[in-house]
Amino acid sequence: MRYIIVFFILYLHWILWSGKFDAFHLSLGIISCALVTFMSHDLFIERKKLSPKIIVEAIRFIKYVPWLLYQIILSNIHVAALVLSPRMPIEPKIIRYKTKLKTDIALVTFANSITLTPGTITADIVDGEYVVHALSRKVADDLMTGEMEDKVAQIFEEE
Amino acid sequence: MSVLAVIFILTGVFFFTTATIGLLRFPDFYTRMHAAGKGDTLGAFLTLAGLALYNLHHGFSVDAILMSIKILLIAVFIFIANPTATHAITKAALNCSVKPWENKETSK
Repeated sequence: MRYIIVFFILYLHWILWSGKFDAFHLSLGIISCALVTFMSHDLFIERKKLSPKIIVEAIRFIKYVPWLLYQIILSNIHVAALVLSPRMPIEPKIIRYKTKLKTDIALVTFANSITLTPGTITADIVDGEYVVHALSRKVADDLMTGEMEDKVAQIFEEE
Repeated sequence: MSVLAVIFILTGVFFFTTATIGLLRFPDFYTRMHAAGKGDTLGAFLTLAGLALYNLHHGFSVDAILMSIKILLIAVFIFIANPTATHAITKAALNCSVKPWENKETSK
């Protein structure tokens, strides 16, 4: 069942983005979608239940993206300044960050957001604690304010 | 339009350059991951956005707009794939207990 759903989602995307409807491209799509399905069907996150809430979440997520982009630009400039400064004042350390997020999709979104903003990489999640490698004290403090976590929590866990 | 595209691409190239310099200058594996994995994301996004804009400079036909949307979608996929890959590599390093470098001057 899972194979079939994943395959059809992938194949729909193939048709949409290729925009060619001759036999050659369609059969090429079937082969490659089947291969990808076979290799990665177990990587997709399953939702416990499908509800209309998913639309609300999608809208909230789209609102979240510009804010994330802004953060990425800010912290990218910060890291660029670190790289270019002659003394290179970095203080890398591993920090642990206790999270209040529960659902898989919220955890993944938050982890990817942390990694996307330069200066912090999520290395692991152990018992609801993020293990984060931070490049300097400033980016570590930014994360510790919990602003980003609140925003992610708002998207996925508010009713 | 072309001017805006050039500005985007140049800014993107600037971030790529800092990422490369960071890769060469940073002291250990983890800090280099920062430079390699992330300077790219914004760099690639800006460069691709510039290309998408440049693609429209002949005028707004349906084909051109579709092409621009596809170019921006590449950026979206990079935004999903890049942090995931960075995370996977860093986790692998942690599991193999690679020691993180510490700044001796400031961590007293």
